[in-house]
Amino acid sequence: MLKVRGLSVSYGGIQALRGVDLEVAAGEIVTLIGANGAGKSTLLAAVSGLVRPRAGQVWFQSREVTGRRAFLQARAGLILVPEGRKVFANLSVRENLILGGYHRAHNPQFQRDLAGVLELFPRLAERLGQAAGTLSGGERQMLALGRALMGRPRLLMMDEPSLGLSPLLVREVFGMIRRIHQQGVTVLLIEQNAAQALRAADRGYVLQNGRVVLSGPGGDLLQDPRVRKSYLGMD
Amino acid sequence: MRLRLPARLNPGHLAPAHQTRRRDSLLTAAAGLGVAGLLWLAQEFAGGYVVHMLCVAAIYATLAASYNLINGVTGQFSLEPNAFVACGAYVTALLTLSPLEKEASFILEPLIWPLSVISIPLLPALVIAGLVTAFMAFLMGFPVFRVRGDYLAIVTLGFGEVIRVVANNAQSITNGPLGLKGITQLTNLWWAWGLLAVTLFVLVRLVHSSYGLAMMAIREDETAAEAMGINAFWHKMLAFTLSAFFEGVAGGLLAHLITTISPTLFTFFLTFNLLIMIVVGGLGSTTGAVLGAMLFTFGGEWLRVVEEPMTILGLHIPGIPGMRMVIFSLILVTFMIFARQGLLGRNEFSWRWLAAVFKPRRRP
Repeated sequence: MLKVRGLSVSYGGIQALRGVDLEVAAGEIVTLIGANGAGKSTLLAAVSGLVRPRAGQVWFQSREVTGRRAFLQARAGLILVPEGRKVFANLSVRENLILGGYHRAHNPQFQRDLAGVLELFPRLAERLGQAAGTLSGGERQMLALGRALMGRPRLLMMDEPSLGLSPLLVREVFGMIRRIHQQGVTVLLIEQNAAQALRAADRGYVLQNGRVVLSGPGGDLLQDPRVRKSYLGMD
Repeated sequence: MRLRLPARLNPGHLAPAHQTRRRDSLLTAAAGLGVAGLLWLAQEFAGGYVVHMLCVAAIYATLAASYNLINGVTGQFSLEPNAFVACGAYVTALLTLSPLEKEASFILEPLIWPLSVISIPLLPALVIAGLVTAFMAFLMGFPVFRVRGDYLAIVTLGFGEVIRVVANNAQSITNGPLGLKGITQLTNLWWAWGLLAVTLFVLVRLVHSSYGLAMMAIREDETAAEAMGINAFWHKMLAFTLSAFFEGVAGGLLAHLITTISPTLFTFFLTFNLLIMIVVGGLGSTTGAVLGAMLFTFGGEWLRVVEEPMTILGLHIPGIPGMRMVIFSLILVTFMIFARQGLLGRNEFSWRWLAAVFKPRRRP
């Protein structure tokens, strides 16, 4: 579904990604782990069209989409849930959800999608009229996910959905990701919480200084001594 | 620290919009008729000065509401409306003046050919002025919206100055610093308030449509909006050209109200005044912009008192021209410190809100 070949991104003189290869097949959950500054967010930004890669190609559903603008990527079903739960704080929960399906707002399916999202996140149904800025951290994450689902993603890319949440909520978020995946959405997940992410994922990639240093099935990576030492804090 | 509305003025829950739509439209229509009645009374019984000020207020309100679309609703802090008003004023005046009047005005250099013989009625001239201004904004938008934030403000400020300098120097079109004189005073209460009504109708419909929602999303977080499938560039462009259209038309009415225009009328101070109006009214609120414009216009007249010579406790103070602007600036600073949201914040005046204020409450 997604194929990335030799992707390089530089910010000014600093090279954030150095020739990354990555693949996500339809129906998979793939996770990308790595330390702060390893280039995880940059990779998602480049794939979703928010930054322009310096070299390399991105294919989505067997079409080359390298450097295509973000709004076009989103319309094609390649949807990013940005880091830090960027909900539109001054707009209501309902308006946030409408915006998620913005390019399909006149679609007859729209009401049904909204009902589906509210069924998945009943908490949002109680808060439809409330400004998104008044939600708690967990509720915001639900809104960010619900908003992304309104865009009918084929591939959902999540940038650290568990960031800054309590352990209980982190578990809840991973539960939500599994439910979304069960509905037939392919997931590419960035996490610092490597143990949880690798357990949830079919496959994983380890990113270090802008390069993929390891990849393989989630279970194998969990057992890998290097991963255990660097990312799981075990000897 | 922020000023907060008293609890009574800040009702927590409004009735859902779809339940009260019929009532709200009726109330809006009734209020429109009421305003029209008051205007008729003013025209029949009030003096020329009051009528003039009412026209100015409506034109300013039109300008502020359109300026708010790009600055407040879409959140693109731009500083060029003086250029758009100038463009509209010049285009309309050049189209309505008779060939004889033009010949008499352009003494240094004659007016270039097609313009020198054209003379058309006000309405088509205003529409053309609006379209020309909108087209200018459209062309300007390509370089302008390549940048965001502070840079956007600086680039638009530059464009505003460029237009003024062009007006000063393109003598065979604008008559340079001499300006255009003897424009027939065609603007009356019905033109000015009619334009305000049309502008508000269009803007309110737009802001409540999915386009308006997308514009607000861009204001909140442009990156997130793009990631959601919103083409930020074209939405900014739409807001920019539409606000330019109405600013151009309002500029045309302004020219036909004050009858003489010259480049000195359209300096950055015009933009600055509009900025005060929309900030005091509440950046992002269309009704707030209208409120701000009304307060600014009538408050400005009322504050003329401070420019008169006066005697306080035996101390004689000679009149200081420009004192009003000092007070306006102080008001702006005060608002920025204590009530950054302005009078209405991002809220709109609505009948539902009014109903909630007046609804009897149960004692706790």
